Amino acid sequence: MSFQVIVFYSFAAWVIFSALMVITSKNSVKAALFLVLTFASMSAVWLLLEAEFLALSLIVVYVGAVMVLLLFVVMMMDIDYAALRQGFVKKLPFAVIISFGFFALLYFFITHGEFSAENYAAPAPRDASYSNIKELGRILYTDYFIAFETAAVILLVAIISAIALTFRGRKHRKAQVISKQLAANKKNRLKIVSMDAVVSEEAIENNETVEDNEVVEDNEAVEDKITEKVGEEK
Amino acid sequence: MIELSDYLLLSAILFAISVAGIIINRKNVITLLMCIELMLLAVNTNFIAFSHFLQDPAGQVFVFFILTVAAAEAAIGLAIIVVLFRNRATIDVEKLNQLKG
Repeated sequence: MSFQVIVFYSFAAWVIFSALMVITSKNSVKAALFLVLTFASMSAVWLLLEAEFLALSLIVVYVGAVMVLLLFVVMMMDIDYAALRQGFVKKLPFAVIISFGFFALLYFFITHGEFSAENYAAPAPRDASYSNIKELGRILYTDYFIAFETAAVILLVAIISAIALTFRGRKHRKAQVISKQLAANKKNRLKIVSMDAVVSEEAIENNETVEDNEVVEDNEAVEDKITEKVGEEK
Repeated sequence: MIELSDYLLLSAILFAISVAGIIINRKNVITLLMCIELMLLAVNTNFIAFSHFLQDPAGQVFVFFILTVAAAEAAIGLAIIVVLFRNRATIDVEKLNQLKG
């Protein structure tokens, strides 16, 4: 029994065990954590298949981003798990029958079909200079370039729709309306009234006092400037 | 050595488990989402196994796109669940019968 066989069967056992725990655990947080274990074990199997980039991106993208998002959502909500598990035992035999029938069908076609070792011989392992990322990147940016760009657009749509669905901003917020600002002109804002040039005595007195105050302020401003200059020279 | 059928059987088992999970957890939307993720993982394993045994990197490109779409799907699905929980205070699938369809 070679090292690779041991690695494959041990990680396959982990995958199956943790997948069973995902579907049977009572708590959604536990289920999400077992899903993380499933992904991590499956990425080890992918490493055996020489898909290094995808195995690592499964951990980085799925375990690092999607599962953290899922855990965040699960922990944010106050869910009555007991109510959600009603009928669990009642549905269990039905589920077992269906999934066993399904698996039996797949097993028959996989073992009795043409996926035998003669038709699909195990390829020789690649040497250490082989770069999975380089090959994947080359084919991604040439043959599948349009699909690659479409994937980027799909991610953009996901961002916008997730924000638009969950955004809870103020309905009547005091934001600027740019179109109204640009449409404003002088006629709307300023009203010019023609008046007779009649000046009352009261107004003249007020005007004189205002002028006196301005003079005083001017003097003070000049004095301030002088003191500042002196300070700079020192 | 490990044959192609071993990998295919592993992903078949994983797929059957997730089908069973969808049947027995039909009330909890979050667990349904997780089972769909498990199904996608099984399909991706099939793709990578064939890509390895046929020595054709196109299968890995498909897995790349499936991962992208699955990430987008998870983000939008979780956003829908958050809005659902905010409005109805439950994530029970059987209580989502407002449309009476």
